[in-house]
Amino acid sequence: MASIEMKSIVKQYGDGFPAVNDVSLDIADGEFMILVGPSGCGKSTLLRMIVGLEDITSGDMVIGGKRVNDLAPRDRNLSMVFQNYALYPHMTVYENIAFPLRLSKTPDDEVRRKVEAASDVLELQEHLERKPANLSGGQRQRVAMGRPIVRDAEAFLFDEPLSNLDAKLRGQMRTEISRLQRRLGITTVYVTHDQTEAMTLGDRVCVLRKGKIQQVASPRELYEQPVNLFVAGFIGSPPMNFLPATPEGNRLKTPFGDIELDEKRAAAVAGRDLLLVGIRPEYFEDATLVDEAKRPVGSTFRARVDVTEWLGDSQYAYIPYDAPDSIKAQLRDLSKELDSEELRTQAIVSIDATSRIREGREAEFWLDSRKVHVFDPETGDNLTRDAEAGAELTRLATQDRLEQAEDARGRETDARGGATAVGVG
Amino acid sequence: MSTRNKVLWGIGGALIVVYCLFPIAWIVSVSLKAPSDLSNGSFLPSTPTWQNYDLILFGGASDLFLPALVNSFGICLIATAISCLLAMFAAYAIARLDFPGKKLILSTALAVAIFPVISIVTPLFNLWRNIGLYDTWPGLIIPYLSLTLPISIWTMSAFFREIPWEMEQAAQVDGATTWQAFRKVIVPLAAPGVFTTAIIAFFIAWNDFIYGISLTSTEAARPVPAALGLFTGASQFEEPTGAISAAAVIVTIPVVVLVLLFQRRIVAGLTNGAVKG
Repeated sequence: MASIEMKSIVKQYGDGFPAVNDVSLDIADGEFMILVGPSGCGKSTLLRMIVGLEDITSGDMVIGGKRVNDLAPRDRNLSMVFQNYALYPHMTVYENIAFPLRLSKTPDDEVRRKVEAASDVLELQEHLERKPANLSGGQRQRVAMGRPIVRDAEAFLFDEPLSNLDAKLRGQMRTEISRLQRRLGITTVYVTHDQTEAMTLGDRVCVLRKGKIQQVASPRELYEQPVNLFVAGFIGSPPMNFLPATPEGNRLKTPFGDIELDEKRAAAVAGRDLLLVGIRPEYFEDATLVDEAKRPVGSTFRARVDVTEWLGDSQYAYIPYDAPDSIKAQLRDLSKELDSEELRTQAIVSIDATSRIREGREAEFWLDSRKVHVFDPETGDNLTRDAEAGAELTRLATQDRLEQAEDARGRETDARGGATAVGVG
Repeated sequence: MSTRNKVLWGIGGALIVVYCLFPIAWIVSVSLKAPSDLSNGSFLPSTPTWQNYDLILFGGASDLFLPALVNSFGICLIATAISCLLAMFAAYAIARLDFPGKKLILSTALAVAIFPVISIVTPLFNLWRNIGLYDTWPGLIIPYLSLTLPISIWTMSAFFREIPWEMEQAAQVDGATTWQAFRKVIVPLAAPGVFTTAIIAFFIAWNDFIYGISLTSTEAARPVPAALGLFTGASQFEEPTGAISAAAVIVTIPVVVLVLLFQRRIVAGLTNGAVKG
C-alpha cells in the first residue's frame, strides 16, 4: 500500500496535443480516488501513466515515495482492472487469477491458498476450473478483480470497469468494489465517466476537463460547492440548471422571477451585467406542496410546463425559458463538452411525485434560493463558492474514511481473534 | 430447421463432397489398376493390384521417388518453419507497432506474392548455377520462402490484429516482461493463427512444380512433383499413368494427415471470451 503523488504531470502526443496538462494530484495511502470527466478529458491517459503503460512527457510520478517515471509496469507493483477485463482466454479462471503469482514464481501451495482466498471473497469457487469464455459478464468482471486481490499490490487501478455491465449488475458490482476497497484498505484510483460511480465510490473525486484538473474534492463538496460552471454542470443528474440573470441590488432578475441573495453572495456578484445562476433541479418544488414554514426562504414563480416525467419515486418537469443569444451559445458549448446535446434552453425541475402539475399548463413553482450558485458567464468561475464550507465537507469525508478503515481493520482482527479462539477451543 | 431443410442441406452437401472427392477417388482407382487394365473403360480396376505402389516404393521407380519424397519433406518443412518464424515476428510488428513503412512492407509482400513464378525462374536458374545453389536444398528453400512468406505475413498479421492489445498490457501490469507477455499470453492466443499459416505455407511449398523441375537436376534436391514428371513407363510405348497415380496418392497422405491433426487448432475463435463478447 502506498500513496501516489503526481507533480505537474504532462502527456503530449506526437502532434503536440497535450492529453494531460500539468496535473498535480496527491492520493493518500488507502484513499479511493475517482478520476472523472467527459470523454477525451485525459482521465484514462492519466491512469495509464500511473500504471506505466503510457510514457510521461514531463513531471514526476511518485508512488510510495519512489519516483517511478522510468520504471516498467511490472516494476511498479500496481494492479489494474481493464475496461474489457483482459482475461487470458486460454487459461482457466484459477490460472487467470494465479497469473501474477506464477510470474513472481510463488510456490504452488501459496498460490492455491491465495487464489482460494480470493475466490471466496469474489464467490468464484465453483467456477475456478472454467474458461473465461463460458462465464457471464459479471463473473468475468469478478475474475478480473481477482488478479489484483491475490497480489500485494501497492495500489488498485480501475479503468471504467463497470461500463460493459448492464445497469442492475453495475449497481451490485459498485457496492462490491466499495466493500472490497474498504476491507483491504488499499489505495485505489478509479476512472469513470459515470457520475453515479464517481459520487458513490470515491473518497475524493478529481474532475478533469481537456487534460486539466478542475476540482479535487469529496463528492459532497463537488456537489455543494463546485468551483466552476463545468464542474457544476458535470456533477449531478439531472444536471444543474443555468439561468441568465442580471443583478439588481440584492436581487437577481431571472426568467423565473427574482431571486434574493444574502449579503455575502450579493457582494460577490455586485457590479456585473450578466450572470448565470446555477440551480439544482431539487431546489425547485411544486409551490402548492411546499411547507408554509419553508416558503419564505425561497421565491415563487409561474411558468408553463413543457413535459413532465413521472418516475414513481420522483417527478421531473421541463420548463423552457428564453435566454440572450450569448448565453444560449455558451450553454450549448457547455452541454457539448459534457457529452450531451442540449438543443433548447430549458430548466429541469424536480417536483414531488404526488404533484398534479400537468404538461402544457401553467403552474406555480417554488425555488429554494439558499443554495443557488452564481457563475461568471465569461470565465465560468463560481462567484459564490464558499471555499471554507467546501473544505469542511471534504475534511469530514476524509475523517469518515479513516474511521471506516479503522473499523474494517478492527473487524478483521476480531474475526481472526475469534477464529483463533475456536482453534484453541 | 425443418426435416425438409435438413434433407436438402444433406443432399447439397453430399453433391459438393462427391464433386470434390471424385478426382481423388479416380486417382486411387487408377493407382490400383495394372498397366494393361488402364483403358478398361470402367471406373473400377477389373483386378485391383498393388503393383504400381510396389514399383514406386520398391521397384524400378523407387530410385526416383523415395529420395524425392525425402527432399520434399525436408525442404518443405524447413521452408515452412523459417517462413513461420519470420512471418511471426513481422506480423507481430505490423499488428502491434507503429512504424514508418508498415504499409510498404505489406504491399511489397503482396507484390512478391503476385509476381509470376515462371518469369523469375530462368534468371534464378542462371544465378543459382553461378553461385552454386543449383540442385541443393537451400536452392529450393529460398525460392519457397518467397512463395510462402508473403501469405504467411498477411494471414498472421490478420490473426495478430484480432488479439486484444489489453491482453499484453494486462500481463505487463501483472508483472510480466515483454518477452514473458509474448510467450505466455500472445503466443498461446496466436497459436491457431500460426498453425493455419504453417499449413498453408506447407501446402504451397509442397505443391510447387516449376521451381522443383527447373532448379534441380538430380536426386540431391529434386522434390516429388518434379520427380513425378520424370516417371517413365516400362517401355516407351507404355504410359506411367498408374505409377504417377500411386505416387500422387502417397503424396496426398501427409497433407490429409496434417489437416486432420491440426483441425482443432485451425479453428479460430480461441480469443472468444477474452474480452466482453
